[in-house]
Amino acid sequence: MSMPSCSVSYNSGDGASWNSGDGVSDQFPVGLRVLVVDDDPTCLMILEKMLRNCLYQVTKCNRAEIALSLLRERKNGFDIVLSDVHMPDMDGFKLLEHVGLEMDLPVIMMSADDSKQVVMKGVTHGACDYLIKPVRIEALRNIWQHVVRKRKDVWKDFEQSEIIEDGERKQKPLEDTDFSSSANEGSCRNSKRQKEEDEAEEDRDDTSTLKKPRVVWSVELHQQFVAAVNQLGIDKAVPKKILDLMNVPGLSRENVASHLQKYRLYLKRLSAVSPHHSGLNNSFVDSISSLNGLDLQALAATGQLPAQSIATLQAAAALGRTSTKSGISIPFVDQRNLFSFETPRLRFGEGPQPQTSNNNKQINLLHGIPTTMEPRQLAVLHQSQPRPQILMNAQATSHGSQSSSSLSQLSQPQSRPQILNDANGNHLSKGMGSGGFARNEEVEKNAGAAVYNRVSQPTSMVDFSIPQKADFLGNNFPLGNNSGVSSITSKGVLQQEVNSEMKGSRGFIPSYDIFNELHQQRSHDWEIGNVGPSFDASRRGNRQGNINVPPSILVQQQRFSSCQNDVMNRNTSVGNSPNLGQLRDTLLMNNPQIVKAENLPAASFQNTIFPEQFNQEDLMSALLEQQEGIGPVMNDFAFDGYSLDNLPI
Amino acid sequence: MDRNLQRQVANMRKSLFDQGYLDEQFIQLEDLRDDANPNFVEEIVTLFYTDSAKLIRNIENALENNPSDFERLDDYMQQFKGRSSSIGAKKVKTECSQFREYCKAGNAEGCIRTFQQLKQELATLRRKLETYFEMARQANT
Repeated sequence: MSMPSCSVSYNSGDGASWNSGDGVSDQFPVGLRVLVVDDDPTCLMILEKMLRNCLYQVTKCNRAEIALSLLRERKNGFDIVLSDVHMPDMDGFKLLEHVGLEMDLPVIMMSADDSKQVVMKGVTHGACDYLIKPVRIEALRNIWQHVVRKRKDVWKDFEQSEIIEDGERKQKPLEDTDFSSSANEGSCRNSKRQKEEDEAEEDRDDTSTLKKPRVVWSVELHQQFVAAVNQLGIDKAVPKKILDLMNVPGLSRENVASHLQKYRLYLKRLSAVSPHHSGLNNSFVDSISSLNGLDLQALAATGQLPAQSIATLQAAAALGRTSTKSGISIPFVDQRNLFSFETPRLRFGEGPQPQTSNNNKQINLLHGIPTTMEPRQLAVLHQSQPRPQILMNAQATSHGSQSSSSLSQLSQPQSRPQILNDANGNHLSKGMGSGGFARNEEVEKNAGAAVYNRVSQPTSMVDFSIPQKADFLGNNFPLGNNSGVSSITSKGVLQQEVNSEMKGSRGFIPSYDIFNELHQQRSHDWEIGNVGPSFDASRRGNRQGNINVPPSILVQQQRFSSCQNDVMNRNTSVGNSPNLGQLRDTLLMNNPQIVKAENLPAASFQNTIFPEQFNQEDLMSALLEQQEGIGPVMNDFAFDGYSLDNLPI
Repeated sequence: MDRNLQRQVANMRKSLFDQGYLDEQFIQLEDLRDDANPNFVEEIVTLFYTDSAKLIRNIENALENNPSDFERLDDYMQQFKGRSSSIGAKKVKTECSQFREYCKAGNAEGCIRTFQQLKQELATLRRKLETYFEMARQANT
């Protein structure tokens, strides 16, 4: 997550100061920044007037894609989103998922349709409320509660973890003031603040006990953590006790608290998923572990890999391991998702390959990869066996915005890499690149699950390329592969949505969605959304939007020296039909699970489509063109991909 | 201020509600009026009619070319119903619901018939509201 745009003063401890940067009034909920999306102009106008009458600050939008762009451009620019369900350019639920994953803002759905299944869909997708049209102003007056509630969840966790200590005392006052006056700050902001605080502490060399060095949750550490938690009992496990049990010098309660929160979320998620992937998890852990060992170092070295990612990866690996031991594989998988926000690429579902191999591959990938983890992830993913991608995704999907918010919050305080907070957040999340790996902030926020899914999906794209690359190029990913992959993945998705989704979709969501679909056999239209976002981000030249994900290799090939994100997205384009076939085979061979390319395509698609054009506009049009052109091919491929879904997991 | 005219305006308004042309939502719109937007209700109604013309055309085309694509018709009508409800067009809404019932039953004939009625209700409401707004304008000048 990028640093909050507003100037938050950590040390003030004065809640009011939190708002200062936003220019938000302290008379919460006055000035609540609402984004309302509805294709019906009449309704839009009515809602706007009503919201204005509630003294909210309203931005209206008649297209979901525009809304997403706005949200992405103005990070922390909104507190809550109101969206119609039935919209022509993008299904309201998709927008909901996107927002939940990327921005972790509360989203309220609206519709004239009050049928149970639609309302239920809203719930499962993470909407914090569902309003039946015609909407009355009374219903709108109270929407601020959702903003507060989201923030409160974050704070509550911190409280529980007894984070409040000397140095952390500042957080406490924040809590109080937060609800009352910081209403305008989204939950993400909270987490950001917390994170910033953590960082600030570190940066300032704060001597408070809270000063926390960035904690990397290694496999061992995580195992210790899980052992402690199990010993205490998940219900009774509080950070202080866990910390004592673990007896690890240098580990702060706060670290444990955030880690615990993530862990809890994972467990929760697991309970919603059938544990038949436990076996996979183990393998995943192995791969993660291997990753941890090698990649983290390398990645950290490059400064590309956000510490968080590393932490998450490690955590994931640790989790994986632990699960093996404890036999709770699924939860771990989820956890990994959580932890892997930053490294969406990481494929947890990888099969039980020996760590060594993973490591090696990872290392290889890492070499020469200046940027993000993607190469590494790719490698990992690549190597992993078809595993619970589905599992992960499934888990991820259910939580939508809620989990993401908590996750983001968790991840932030925990492992903010000093290196790339902003970069990571922006790049990762936004960059569609090879499957929207980079989703730092957003991934985190949106719940590991989401990230996870995304990873799986996009990764599939990436994976495809990786295998090929690994085979041929080692570090370098053949463009062709990339493009092939991306084009494949984007398939139909891209076609449809590229145009509309370019802007905001992220590969991120697709993966998320895909798994759900896998399990639920839903349509796979999601992907497109993914493609869009990263692309769009690039276009805007907005770091946030960019996808760090694209493997550096691609970048290198493209010789993009500038913003990797941009480059990533653009460079990987090579999507040629011929490659598709290749890629497809590769995909099938390597990652049957990945078939869900739908998700991936978005990311990869973009990458592949764009030739080395730096110009965003050009890329956009190129992408659009390509997408259209590729459509048919991709469709075919896409469908094949679906068949892969049938592969037993 | 012509009290007589004002009374007439009030009566007309009341009858619109009593006769079921308008429902509570219309009052919600009226409540949104303020000094900055004194003609808010008119603006909304105008916007509604402009916007719904397109949707009505779509439904018409669908009925003509694809009368048996009930799912699509139902989809359109659901949209239209949502829009009508946002201005409180009660009778129009009723026709929308009726139309959707026929769609679910696969009754093309019923759909066509109901659609005609719906268009009539739309026209009637428009006339009445225009009259009402005009009268209200005069009463306030």
